Amino acid sequence: MSNIPYILEDRPDTGLNNSKLGIWIFLASEVMLFGGLFSAYVFLRIAAPEGDFDYWGSKLNVPMATFNTMVLITSSVTMVMSWASLKLQQFDKYKMYLGITILCALAFLVVKYFEYTSKFEYGVYPSSSTFMGIYFTLTGLHVLHIIGGLFVLVYFWTKQADKMWEENQDLLANRIEITGLYWHFVDLVWIFLFPILYLL
Amino acid sequence: MERDDLIEYSLDGHHSEEEGKKIRKKIWKVTLLLTIITAVEVALGAYIKQSNDLWPFVKWTFLVLTVLKAGYIVMIFMHLGDERKWLRNVILIPYALFIIYLIFIALWEALAVNDAWSGL
Repeated sequence: MSNIPYILEDRPDTGLNNSKLGIWIFLASEVMLFGGLFSAYVFLRIAAPEGDFDYWGSKLNVPMATFNTMVLITSSVTMVMSWASLKLQQFDKYKMYLGITILCALAFLVVKYFEYTSKFEYGVYPSSSTFMGIYFTLTGLHVLHIIGGLFVLVYFWTKQADKMWEENQDLLANRIEITGLYWHFVDLVWIFLFPILYLL
Repeated sequence: MERDDLIEYSLDGHHSEEEGKKIRKKIWKVTLLLTIITAVEVALGAYIKQSNDLWPFVKWTFLVLTVLKAGYIVMIFMHLGDERKWLRNVILIPYALFIIYLIFIALWEALAVNDAWSGL
């Protein structure tokens, strides 16, 4: 399939395959990206007038965000179940679980769309306050990550996956494992965003 | 290089049905735990506001619960707990230091700002 070495088999020096090492290095850079923005949030909150973040935070929709939290946790579960299904050689179940993951991602985006538009209808924009500035920056970047992940998930749900399953089962399992690591990271970011923006 | 720990998810072989059941059970257990933690967080956030005397306790509870939730996702869903020890350490130690630094600097700066405001 490929001339690039150690895609599936472990490297003798590290004991890891390149795919896994690569995604963890990529995720480390993502932690720095979001970590920088989380730090910005902390310092903006510290410097804000007392009660300012609390006031603007109270304008956010907690039930919608709670629903989205559960949607993302569910998507993480179905993502890992889709991979486990491949390891059990149950391709139909893999498709079903991955399909549910895609639906969860779409549900998250639809809820986010309603959340954003309800703000815009009331004239609340990123420029409205410091809190809204950092809120839209953090959640907007997170939404972009969801959209990026969605493209990959859909790709592995199409006929391409059927073809890959026929040609090289381990390669598909490896790709889904790597995709899953990214997807769980996106879930992880939301796990931090939810309390700091909506609850604190 | 030989594996130095239990790699449940390795590509070395496919899972048996029994192994699959064990893994699935663990995943569902963690899901239930994450759901309970989320429910506790929402309940605390909804009922206790900044003006309440319990607010400092709520803030620390959020910190602990969120890190706990993140830990379960990383160790179970991202199966870092089943990876090689060196990989686990290379990933977890810098992240732990970063989180501790962020908490420290937030508290330090917040106290400094508080002092500055009090002096006005």
